[in-house]
Formats: sequence, structure tokens, C-alpha cells
Amino acid sequence: MGTHHYNLSEQFEFTGKAKTLSIVGIVLGIGAIAYGFFSGAQERTFANLLLMAYYFACVCMSGAFFLAVQYVAQAGWSASILRVPQAMARVLPIAVVILLVVIGLGLFTHNLYHHWADPELLVENGPKYDKLIAGKSAFLNIPFFMGRQVVFLGIYSFFAVKFGQWSYNEDLQGGLNYYRKSFKNACIFLVIYGFTTPIFAFDTIMSLEAHWFSTMFGWYNFAAMWVSCLAAIAVIIILLRRAGYMSWVNNSHLHNLGQFIFGFSIFWTYVWFAQFLLIYYANMSEETVYFYKRFNGYEFWFYLNLVLNFLTPLLLLMDRDNKRSETILLTVSIVVLCGHWVDYYQMIMPGIFEFGTKSGSGFGIIEIGTALGFVGLFTFAVLSALSKKPLVAKNHPFLQESLNHHL
Amino acid sequence: MSNIKYILGSFGDPDEMMHGIEKLQENNIKIHDVYTPMPIHGIEAKLGVKRSRLDIAAFFFGITGTITMLTGVYLATAVDWPVNIGGKTHFALPDFIPITFELTILFCAFGLVGSYYASTHLFPGRAPRVMDLRATDDRFIIAVDAKENTDHTKIDELLKGAGALEVKHNERKYISYE
Repeated sequence: MGTHHYNLSEQFEFTGKAKTLSIVGIVLGIGAIAYGFFSGAQERTFANLLLMAYYFACVCMSGAFFLAVQYVAQAGWSASILRVPQAMARVLPIAVVILLVVIGLGLFTHNLYHHWADPELLVENGPKYDKLIAGKSAFLNIPFFMGRQVVFLGIYSFFAVKFGQWSYNEDLQGGLNYYRKSFKNACIFLVIYGFTTPIFAFDTIMSLEAHWFSTMFGWYNFAAMWVSCLAAIAVIIILLRRAGYMSWVNNSHLHNLGQFIFGFSIFWTYVWFAQFLLIYYANMSEETVYFYKRFNGYEFWFYLNLVLNFLTPLLLLMDRDNKRSETILLTVSIVVLCGHWVDYYQMIMPGIFEFGTKSGSGFGIIEIGTALGFVGLFTFAVLSALSKKPLVAKNHPFLQESLNHHL
Repeated sequence: MSNIKYILGSFGDPDEMMHGIEKLQENNIKIHDVYTPMPIHGIEAKLGVKRSRLDIAAFFFGITGTITMLTGVYLATAVDWPVNIGGKTHFALPDFIPITFELTILFCAFGLVGSYYASTHLFPGRAPRVMDLRATDDRFIIAVDAKENTDHTKIDELLKGAGALEVKHNERKYISYE
């Protein structure tokens, strides 16, 4: 066992290039969104805002999920890196407010969810009457929909913020009380999270195409948010290490993160494929219409999705040495993060527009700008949250195990 | 010339055994192998054991399974007996992904069990190769090749000094043939 002495009160300073670049990202994002609205592509801008707000919220709430999983598993290896997911979880309330504003504005300006949110669809014998949507209106109606969003996201935010607070109190007071408290609440949180995230995904993304449904969709989204959160954690830790912080993070920690990213990329593919195969095999038109849209105009994105999210992590992270290599893990994590943007793009855009139509979907300034804006916002918010506390939870009961972690 | 083939130092405590390994290595005595009833953290690095190539073998066993299944399915559904199922192409790849996946795993698992048997000589019907039976129970054994390292008294002293409960001079390598 090594007897290294690390500076356990080390604190991250959020200055310099990281700060400038994230602010530049935010400004570019605001510019692109403004351009989107003023050039008349309102619906497309809203779709992009929804995509990135959803992505942002998902990554942050999976940060809370990561914390809960570590507490419930009583994992030792991660004790010294918990401040990074804690910072992500701390940002969740901001992400939630943005997501709720985007959903609310999109709903009331009829830019999002007009598939089901139009009351005329429910008028029997009316000109726009839609029997299927009317049948779903007990679940898909605006008050219940917004209520679910607020309640779910509120609960996630509450736990996300609390995990960070308890960990910080543990820093100040020591003892096992806060660990036990976190453990107990992590159990409660996981049960709530497990049952509600599929519904959250059904609401936020699947209801854009309200005629179509898939019971796999919730888990498919869960896999996507979880693996993108792991990739984000890996990116933040590696970049912090390169900037000279967190010297206690060794190759074995990276190995564990690499295994996580590898395993859950395969899991994502498994769920994605389970959804695809059943629809392909049964070949019923009300189900295949979903993939019909994705094969007309969006073929490139459809296959790119699999290349980025399945083939890249599969081939690059299979080898043990690659999981332990900082450069390869960083590269794969960034590819996976871009890949899940493509994944969400695949979920949202084809349901709203045909590819390449005027004011419709495509890949241009609005897409890139909005993505950059939210990446900047995420970086800015997470790094400022991270800089407020020491980089290691010094009274975590498993800290020694994590500092001496060796695989 | 003595008939001693192997000298076994039998330890009751893993830390003392690790200490024994250090002592022998400091005196440039080559260790044949170490047998323990449980995995010891960090022992591979200490003994300089090369990394297992089992993962590479696993990859090739797996890819063999993939290719076998895809070839078999192609021959069966597209060449030998094409049947129109739901208007799909004869070789409808997504349909056969699950079974390809299964065969990949099956080949990988069987191949690894086979490799394990081959490398440990644990074929059914064959006596297992054991140098000291208590290494499977409660003792930690360091084995030193007595033919290569001729200063037997020094080895004995080093092992005893490190805390060996017992030092055996064996005239045959494996006791299990008896």
C-alpha cells in the first residue's frame, strides 16, 4: 500500500481559459437561438432547445443517480471523485428550470407537443378529431403533463442538492451520520428514479409523436442519459487531472470509469436494438412508421448513431490498456457525448420535421450553436459549483480505499 | 548431487509469504511459483507474472462464433432454402443478431473453459498437478527450483527467517501422482 500524502483540502479555481471558453459558448448559443427565432425557424429552434435542455437535465440528474448508486453499492473506489457528480447534481435545479421553461413555452406557443396538445383534436365529430389522441387524453393533457414534469424534476432536484449538502456537512463534522443518511436516501431516490424516469422520457420525448409508443423507450432513454453522464464525469475528471488537480485519481479509477462507459454503451445498444428488432420483426405499420421517418432523410444520422454510440466504445474500450489510457478514454467519452446528441436528435427531429425542408430540420447554425451554448452553460455551471467546495470529500468513510484504489 | 527437485516454504500468513518473496528476490534466488488458497493483491506485480492473454483468446473465440453463425444463417436462409418471411430479404440481418450474439457468447465461454483446462492440465480423468496439498487449504507456498538454485541451506534459512512454518525438500515436483 502506498503511503502517498495528497492535499485533501485542494480546491478548484475556476478562472482562465475554461471560464472564457464557456462564456464564449454561452454567447454563441444565445446568438444562434436568437438567429433561429428571427430567421423564422421557430419550431426548429424550439426542437433544438428541447433537445439540449433535455440532454442537460438528463446528464445532471444522472449525476445524482451516480451518487445514489455509489452510496447504495457502498462503493469504495469512487469516494475520491464524488465531488464531480455532486457538482453536476448541484446544477440540476438550473437545468430543470431551463427545461420547464422550454417545455412550457413550446407548449403554449404551439411549437412543441402540438401532436396532442391541441384541444380541437379531442372534439368528437369535429374537423380535427383524432380518436387515438382522444383515447390518450386522460394521460396526455396539459395540466397533468406539466404537473408530472414539475413533480418528477422537483423530486430529482431535491435529492440531487441534498446529496451534495450532506457530503459537505460530512466534511465539516465527520462521523458516519451523514453517510448513513445518504445511504438511506439513496435507496429511496433510486426507487423513485427507476419508476419515474421512463415516464419522464415518455412525456418529454416520446409524446412528440403521440400516436406511436414503445415500452422500451423509457429504458432506452435511461441508458442514453446514464452513459452520457458517465462520459461527462470521465471528461471532467481527465481535464481536471490534466490541469494539475486531483492527483489521487490513478489509472485504476479511469479503468473503472472506462468499464462503466463500455458496459453501458453495450447496454444502450441492447435496449436500442430490442426496440428496433421487435418493430422490424413484427412489421406493423402503426409501429414501423417511427422508423420509416428515420429512414427517409435521416439515414445518415441513424447509422451515425450506432457508429458513435456502439462501435466506437466497443472497439476502442474493449482492451484493458485502452480503458486505463487517459487519451483514449477522453476521446471515447467525447465521441459518446457527441453520439448521444445524435441519439436525441434521432429521437426528436424526425417526429417533427422531414429532413431538409424549409424552416424544418437539418444540421446548421441553429443545431451547432444551441449545442455549443448548452455545453458552455453546463461547463460554466458545473465548474462554478465544483469550485465552491474542496475537490475531495475528506471525511467520506471509504476515502482511504479510494485513494489506494488499485485494480 | 542430491535428488531434491523443489524446495517448498510453507507459510501460515500471506504477509510473511510476501516478505519471503522479497527476501528470496533480494538474494537473486529465482522463484518457481507461489501457491495460495486465495488471491493475494499485488502478487502478480511482485513476481513479475506476465499479463494473461486470455482476453485476446476470448476475442478470437467470440469472433469465431459470430462468423460461424452468420455464415450458417446465410447458407440456410439465403442459399440453401430461401423462404419469404413477411416480405423481408432472405438474409434479414437484424433477425439474426440475437442468435449471433448467443453463439458468440457460447463459443467464447466454451473456448475459455477449454483454454483453462489446457493451460492447467485439468482434463477430466487426469490427476491434478499439486505441489503441496495445503496450498488449497490454509498454507501459502513458495516453490523454489532446487536444481537451478543450488545453495539449499541458504534458501532454507531465508524462508525460515521470513516466517515459514515448514520447509520441505521434495524429490518430485508434484505430489499428486502418488
